[in-house]
Amino acid sequence: MRLGRILWFAVLAIALGASGAANWLAPAGYAKQYREATDARPSAEHWLGTDELGRDRFARVLYGTRISLLLAPAAALLSTLLAALIGGLAGYLGGVWSRIAMAVTDLFLSLPWLFLLITVRALMPLNVSPFVSVLVTFLLLGLLGWTVAARVLCASAASVRSSDFVRQAKAAGLSGQRLFWVHVVPNLKPVLYAQFWISIPVFILSEANLGILGLGVAEPMPSWGSLLKELESLVSVGAEPWKFVPLVLLVLVVTSFQILLSKQEEAAG
Amino acid sequence: MKHRNGNFITLAALRDAFAVAIVCAGIMTGLATAQGGQLRFCLHNEPKTFNPLQVDDDAAASIRYLTGGVLIRLNRQTQQLEPELAESWKVSEDGREISFRLRSGIAFSDGTPFTTEDVAYTVQQLMDPALHSPTGDSFRSANGKVETKVVSPSQISILFPAEVAGLDRLFDQVAILSQNSPKKEMAVLGPFMVADYKPGASVLLQRNPNYWKRDEQGRRLPYLDSILLNIQPNRDVEMLQFKRGELDLINTLDSEYFDKLASASPQLVHDAGPSLDSEQLWFNEVAKAPIPVYKRDWFRSANFRRAISEAINREDLSRIVYHGHAQPAMGPFSPANKFWFDAALKPPAYSPDKALQALAADGFRLENGTLKDRAGNAVEFSIITNAGNKARERMAVLIQDDLQKIGIHVNVVTLDFPSLIERMTQSFDYEAIILGLTNVDLDPNEEMNVWLSSAANHQWNPQQKTPETPWEAEIDRLMRAQASSGDANKRKAAFDRVQEIVVDQQPFIFLINKNALSAVSTRVHGAAPVILSPQTFWNAERLTVSGN
Amino acid sequence: MFWLKAQRENKMHSLHRKIAGHLLALLATVLFGGLLSATLVRLAPGFDADERVLDPHLNAASTHALEGARHRDDNILYFYFSYLIRAGHGDLGNSSALGQPVRALLRERLPLTVRLLGIGLGLSWLLASMLALSAAWLRLSIYDAMTTIVSGGLLCLPAAVLALLSVLWNLPGSIAIALIVFPHTYRYAHNLLVKIYSRPHILAARARGLSEVRILFRHVVPVVMPQMFALAGVSVSMAIGAAIPVEALCGLPGIGALAWQAALARDLPLLVNITILVTLVTLLANSSADVIGSMLRGQEA
Repeated sequence: MRLGRILWFAVLAIALGASGAANWLAPAGYAKQYREATDARPSAEHWLGTDELGRDRFARVLYGTRISLLLAPAAALLSTLLAALIGGLAGYLGGVWSRIAMAVTDLFLSLPWLFLLITVRALMPLNVSPFVSVLVTFLLLGLLGWTVAARVLCASAASVRSSDFVRQAKAAGLSGQRLFWVHVVPNLKPVLYAQFWISIPVFILSEANLGILGLGVAEPMPSWGSLLKELESLVSVGAEPWKFVPLVLLVLVVTSFQILLSKQEEAAG
Repeated sequence: MKHRNGNFITLAALRDAFAVAIVCAGIMTGLATAQGGQLRFCLHNEPKTFNPLQVDDDAAASIRYLTGGVLIRLNRQTQQLEPELAESWKVSEDGREISFRLRSGIAFSDGTPFTTEDVAYTVQQLMDPALHSPTGDSFRSANGKVETKVVSPSQISILFPAEVAGLDRLFDQVAILSQNSPKKEMAVLGPFMVADYKPGASVLLQRNPNYWKRDEQGRRLPYLDSILLNIQPNRDVEMLQFKRGELDLINTLDSEYFDKLASASPQLVHDAGPSLDSEQLWFNEVAKAPIPVYKRDWFRSANFRRAISEAINREDLSRIVYHGHAQPAMGPFSPANKFWFDAALKPPAYSPDKALQALAADGFRLENGTLKDRAGNAVEFSIITNAGNKARERMAVLIQDDLQKIGIHVNVVTLDFPSLIERMTQSFDYEAIILGLTNVDLDPNEEMNVWLSSAANHQWNPQQKTPETPWEAEIDRLMRAQASSGDANKRKAAFDRVQEIVVDQQPFIFLINKNALSAVSTRVHGAAPVILSPQTFWNAERLTVSGN
Repeated sequence: MFWLKAQRENKMHSLHRKIAGHLLALLATVLFGGLLSATLVRLAPGFDADERVLDPHLNAASTHALEGARHRDDNILYFYFSYLIRAGHGDLGNSSALGQPVRALLRERLPLTVRLLGIGLGLSWLLASMLALSAAWLRLSIYDAMTTIVSGGLLCLPAAVLALLSVLWNLPGSIAIALIVFPHTYRYAHNLLVKIYSRPHILAARARGLSEVRILFRHVVPVVMPQMFALAGVSVSMAIGAAIPVEALCGLPGIGALAWQAALARDLPLLVNITILVTLVTLLANSSADVIGSMLRGQEA
């Protein structure tokens, strides 16, 4: 068990370390266009080949990891906290509060947010640095991505509220706030962990998809999402397995997050 | 009716008689000449209308081409006008009147006979100002009524209030409607007719049993039984379906897919050479645009625009983005437009050094790798383009890198199309745009609304009350002069001068002309892709498909 | 439905009232949702922009007419209320981009999407609950790691790639939907079940040798069902989201493809109708999940 944990921890550490050391590992940078070697196969110079503009894919993966591994978990944390607060409180308080919170959640699930994002892009200046653009994007994702978890959390919290031990605690005169934090929130953990874990890859992909609205990372900056989008051109990717490296890496990192989290949960529970 | 039935019998007999001979000939030459079959390909957007007068998108234009009968057809291969429903025609000296002599014994797909009344009806409908038909607008050179005069049962003349340049060519786009048919615009005179439409999925065209045309052997055209048009905007899916044999042709192929396909089966792909389409970059020169004044001053300087043009490596754009299936653009017209292209134009030179020299003349200087203007503002601007167009996105990134070499920082922003159009035509809140121009016709009159400074499509600075620069005034004058002249050489001289001014001033920085790429399955016989739209199925009435 | 027998008369009465209350709130939310979506669409840039103005054949008068065409929808409240009044008479308006009655468009495309989502959701629930249950029963870390990697892999693949793969391998679109939705629901279901199965009384019951089926229905289902139903409710809206790329890429003319077309064309009448429809379905799914969940809780207590 310990060995597995160390292994997954190592995956995360290597990913983080390599992206941190990108300046040394890929000195030419992510934007350098080797125009004579576009869409090249892996070679000694370009370990993962080059993209369609001749940019070194290895460098782009390293630099892309930096942005995505920093911002996606942050946005996931934000959305998880929002979900805990809205879903947890709604379920715990019950009655009218729960109704209102769930109606708002349902609206969030069904409104065409695309148009809000288009409006946000219009409010931002065109000459904005790529980092600000990606920051705004992840912030938006964090603010919009809490709904699914909130609904499940509300159901969990309602179960906890109606459970015997909370009734007993209430009868014993425990304060509402204390009850919420001590008895309700710990029982929401499985859902919160799931929300956090699912949000990371979902946000990474959403960031790339928002590229069509002019949000997300701006060229020439790479992100995991924009690297994964390469796969959408299936016809050209099929025979070139090295293009799947960003995907494999992302799966590994996301899995290691999940497994470390579940160990954490076990240790806590 | 009798007359037609008689015709039909003769034709059937003729067909039988020739069938044997043709089959033999086919076997001998190794060509399959099987009649019939279904041709299948993709439309890339939903056709917005089946009314040929209101066509405004590619899908609807394709359907109009396949179903509509026209008086005069521009042969896509020879680029010459040919008689269709009109046996002959004549344009008057003053260019205001055109008279047609119609073929007789022709009927619409539903059997309604075709008469001069139908032509008169079509023209009146077309020219109805309330219809806002793009086809009709091409004819509208001045206000006033269009008069149609039926001279005899087979002769009709149409009088316009003022001269219309290239009048006869415009009729290539006018599909004749029936005045009396209860099926309205679904009664057609072209080789095919719409048989079924599943919105979002497909359009099925069936051969028009009453189509009038025959081939050299007297066989009734078209050969095909039907055409199935799948509505599929995704090019990857189109490619997959083509590879699996579920489609017979891809009309406009991406260069990336062209190469992938060519490496596996070179017999399937066709590169017809440079097309009329161009891709260009332009700066916002609108006086009231909400951008900093110093930036507008850069954009309004011809020196600045020339420098940008010289700093862009067009060879690389063509080689990397289009895999060599594009040519660096020289000016407003592609060399493919043999008559109208100005042969005196030289290929654009790539020279960052000369670009820097040109910029120095305007007071720009390079400081620690950053270009600064006279007032010390760092030169930075954004280029917007429509999201989802990979070629444009890639060109923008290459240009971003090219301009970095002369110290200019470019931000590339992709926007969804409606947002882009709003910035471009209403709010003018942009700095530079990369977009393409599609040319369907060869004549410069097609581009009247692009080059006139008062026009809405004069994108860099549209709808000027009076020309804001002397060179735009000169272009206005030349464009009007060529439009009102019947003399082809005089027109050519005037338009050559327009091309030279545009290349000198660079209001549009033309980047490349794409090649016309297509893929045609070996099941399809008789295909001869050309550069003019519709590239691969311009001769659909003579195509055959075997074994599907 | 063993738990229904236990309901008393007055409980049935309160249930009816509860359902009536839910329905009223539901209607209000749907109407409000329609208004909100209309406002969002109207305020987003590009609403007045029509691609056709780029056609150089059009003269100034026609361009002007195109640009003015949408200004009659300027007052969004007026638009919405006149829409509601017409909708009350069964007229859902005309699509501005496709020029067809919205009602006909929806009727034509609804069956396909319903089938697509129905089968896709069914498959994903089946897969998610089977895998989650087996993971909770087995409690093998290798098995856990494997399902985590598989669901993680599916989660990391762009939806468009899954849709394209289904085209490539000639699979029905519902499988793509199932594979897109599955990892989203699986992790919640897994975590919930594992948590329940690690509770002391269930461990004790297992140690006493009670049958797994008995444990599942006596001890696990009542506790975990409200959450699972909530999850099933929200997975409906996940599937609706997934339908957009799947329908568009697989060439399936359903509501998802229509919604995407409408969004790109800023087709206000069509978008408002689709949003109202989606809101209605989302709310119905979630409210019924709520009602069933609260009844289960009542049973448990």
